[in-house]
Amino acid sequence: METTIVDTNFKSEEYFINMGPQHPATHGVLRLLLTIDGEIIKKVEPDLGYIHRSIEKMCERDSYQQIVHLTDRMDYLSSHINNEAVCLTVENALELEIPDRVKVVRTIIGELTRIASHCLWWGVMGMDVGALTTYFYGFRDREMINDIFEETCGARLTMNYNVPGGLMWDIHPNFVKRTKDFVAHFKTKIPEYDRLLTGNIIFQKRTKGVGILSKEDAISFGASGPVGRGSGYSCDVRKHHPYSALDKVTFNEALQTAGDTFARYQVRIQEMWESLSIIEQLIDNIPEGEHRVATNAVIKLPKGEFYQRVETARGELGVYVISTGTKNPYRLKFRSPGFSNLSLLNHISVGGKIGDLVATMATLDLVIPDIDR
Amino acid sequence: MNKALSITKTIHDWLFSIMPETTASIVEMILVALVYLGVFAIAGLFLVLLERRVAAWFQLRIGPNRVGFQGLLQTMADALKLVSKELTGTDKADKFLYNLAPYFVIISALMALGLIPFTKDFQAFDINIGIFFLIAISSIGVIGILLGGWASNNKFALIGAMRSGVQTISYELSVGLSLLTMILLTGSLQLSEIVEVQKSGWLIVQGHVPAIIAFMIYMIAGTAETNRAPFDMVEAESELGAGFHTEYSGMKFAYFFLAEFINMFLIAAIATTVFFGAWLSPFGITESIPWLGVFWFLAKTLVLVFLMMWFRWTFPRLRVDQLLTLEWKYLLPMNLVNIMIMALIVWQKLTIQI
Amino acid sequence: MTNEALQEIIGSWFPNPKLSEVSEQAEALEEDQGEQILFNPSLLEFIEEESQFLNVLVPKEYLHELMAKLKSDDNTKFDYLFCLSGVDWGEELGVVYHLESTEHRHTIVVKVKTKDRENPILDSVWNIWRTAEFHEREVFDFFGIKFNNHPNLKRLFLTDEWEGFPLRKDYVDEINMVIK
Repeated sequence: METTIVDTNFKSEEYFINMGPQHPATHGVLRLLLTIDGEIIKKVEPDLGYIHRSIEKMCERDSYQQIVHLTDRMDYLSSHINNEAVCLTVENALELEIPDRVKVVRTIIGELTRIASHCLWWGVMGMDVGALTTYFYGFRDREMINDIFEETCGARLTMNYNVPGGLMWDIHPNFVKRTKDFVAHFKTKIPEYDRLLTGNIIFQKRTKGVGILSKEDAISFGASGPVGRGSGYSCDVRKHHPYSALDKVTFNEALQTAGDTFARYQVRIQEMWESLSIIEQLIDNIPEGEHRVATNAVIKLPKGEFYQRVETARGELGVYVISTGTKNPYRLKFRSPGFSNLSLLNHISVGGKIGDLVATMATLDLVIPDIDR
Repeated sequence: MNKALSITKTIHDWLFSIMPETTASIVEMILVALVYLGVFAIAGLFLVLLERRVAAWFQLRIGPNRVGFQGLLQTMADALKLVSKELTGTDKADKFLYNLAPYFVIISALMALGLIPFTKDFQAFDINIGIFFLIAISSIGVIGILLGGWASNNKFALIGAMRSGVQTISYELSVGLSLLTMILLTGSLQLSEIVEVQKSGWLIVQGHVPAIIAFMIYMIAGTAETNRAPFDMVEAESELGAGFHTEYSGMKFAYFFLAEFINMFLIAAIATTVFFGAWLSPFGITESIPWLGVFWFLAKTLVLVFLMMWFRWTFPRLRVDQLLTLEWKYLLPMNLVNIMIMALIVWQKLTIQI
Repeated sequence: MTNEALQEIIGSWFPNPKLSEVSEQAEALEEDQGEQILFNPSLLEFIEEESQFLNVLVPKEYLHELMAKLKSDDNTKFDYLFCLSGVDWGEELGVVYHLESTEHRHTIVVKVKTKDRENPILDSVWNIWRTAEFHEREVFDFFGIKFNNHPNLKRLFLTDEWEGFPLRKDYVDEINMVIK
């Protein structure tokens, strides 16, 4: 019998998958166009703009007190710190003398916000990897912090407690006691988190060696916050350019050198411990004084350019104001941490699998309104 | 079970007296099938509710407790909702295969249910190749999954179905081999014989070390067989839609869904039969009341079901390649070595007899 | 490093080609009026007023060269580009780069402007700092400034069919913009 040999030019097919804007794993309205070959990812292209609200254009029309209200809709998980950034810009430009009480309270509230954001991050990280119970544990602790904020500021998500000149009103009498109770309670919970997720062999196999980012790449891509620190890049703004009461406290910068998903995870867990330690150092000695310094009703920044950097839970937030001396900024630019962190997603996911992409995105901790502004 | 035995005997005699033999056998078969359908439905409903309450307990919340006493009618309400849904279908789907796929999984689950010994003499089908038959039947369920994914004409469903098929086929090996380890102790594949042998001590006690290893491998492989977490990359893979049952809605989706829970129950029931003595009470304390066998059987099975639910709500998911590595590089060699150890123990008569 | 030291080093990389003429003129003026005339020996303009950092204004032809040198030179080593903003200065369009060095921990601001509002083109610094890829897309989206050698220059936030560049001062949109 005659047999014929047929030559086939067999190439594996690449095809597109859309991780669309409504998606359980992308933490918000982010659309990712994946080009995959079987299970391996060839290219990740983010498509942004689903929650773009032209905040920067609005800031050119609003007064500075109104701009503070816009900022906590950007990265809503670190709303206090965002507000603090704009308030510090205005106060430094006007060269106001801020009372120590305000600085200490701002720092305590900023650290509580950081812990709340990391609690939510931890819950969602477990959920993305498949351990569905972690979501509830993370939220249980975040609820306690939200209750403290609700008593003092009146809001649970978009706080608006910081104003240019100080705080909107003085802290509630229960604030100190509740914060101390929370710190004591949370110290028993982080070991619980470690037992549930960090020490789990399945989790470690999903996250170790996955999504590796070298230190040079981290600096070149502008990664900041835990993403940069997971690769050994010391970028904590609280250490290098301290603001508010952060120069009065001692804390360690959480650094890991591995650069993989597990390292970024460990950095955030370590950051929670450090935030607890900062709060403990400050909570007992809140200085007495005014909670607010009077400013004009219409704030006009002097002519010039001002840049303020703060460390939110995601990384380095920068507020860049170009002012011509009028009551609105001429140009206001927010350097958001998520924007730079997102740009390295393609670089670290190529060559990995889809499951790795989900785990990596969970540790990048993106909040899309922060990116889209 | 003397009363029940007499009921079945009286029904049997009555039927044979009023009809010719073949018709009577057929009517008997239909009656048994209906009873088991009822058992299937109730078990499915109860297990779904149990899963939701257990999940809620782990997650520090309560779970459904409003519809009916402690939420017992919740699944009925869900089933009614599913029945009233529109049965959509894709345009270019292969209609015949698309409709046929759910029936494969349901039928294989039901057939396997017929072999489980709930108590002495309460077994629908006591064939002499019991275990072999069970494993063969559960392999048929894979066909349903693959057909469902293929016939949906959906790229993502196909990928999900392929993955699920590969996973199920791989882990069937481990299930079969770990059961084989215990067969070495009993010398027979027939389920009632297996229970008889356990009257002198449950098999997990008789076989001590290799039996415990076999049990652990069986639980892991059994959880993977039913596509439950931590091996549910296939269906909880939210990146690729809902896996192979993306395009199903209404009652057909309910079939897939129920079949998963019944499979879980089956894995636990087989483990109870082979490792933990089925309906035998510990140390033979209630041997004189055969009725209580049902209670013991259900109690042991529900403990194992609870264990599987505990796995699901605690552990993260394994990636697909890690899943297959686990089976082929770790579980399979362990299983083979375990069989040899068990053979050694049986040969040297080192089993523990109570 | 102090701003003066930085100014000296960076200024020395781009000496003014007309340096000899200008220095002669300055000397002549000095003898005439008897006071020190300060002149800029470099092509780059250095401004320190009205800002926290040292600002360098560079003509757009030398942008890429300056940026590459700022990153590679051991004295400056600006390896962290932390903010890239587009600005509409009224008549000109420009980009502002905030750079920091992770080793020496000094900061500098580089500004570049172009008078062409119809078709503004600047060099991309993507191959120096990878973060510029997304930031330059954003600037293109909102200001219309095109960048040479950019791998993927298309709109980032707005849809591809959007007309106009919203963050320019002369942008008019009656439906979406609320003017107070």
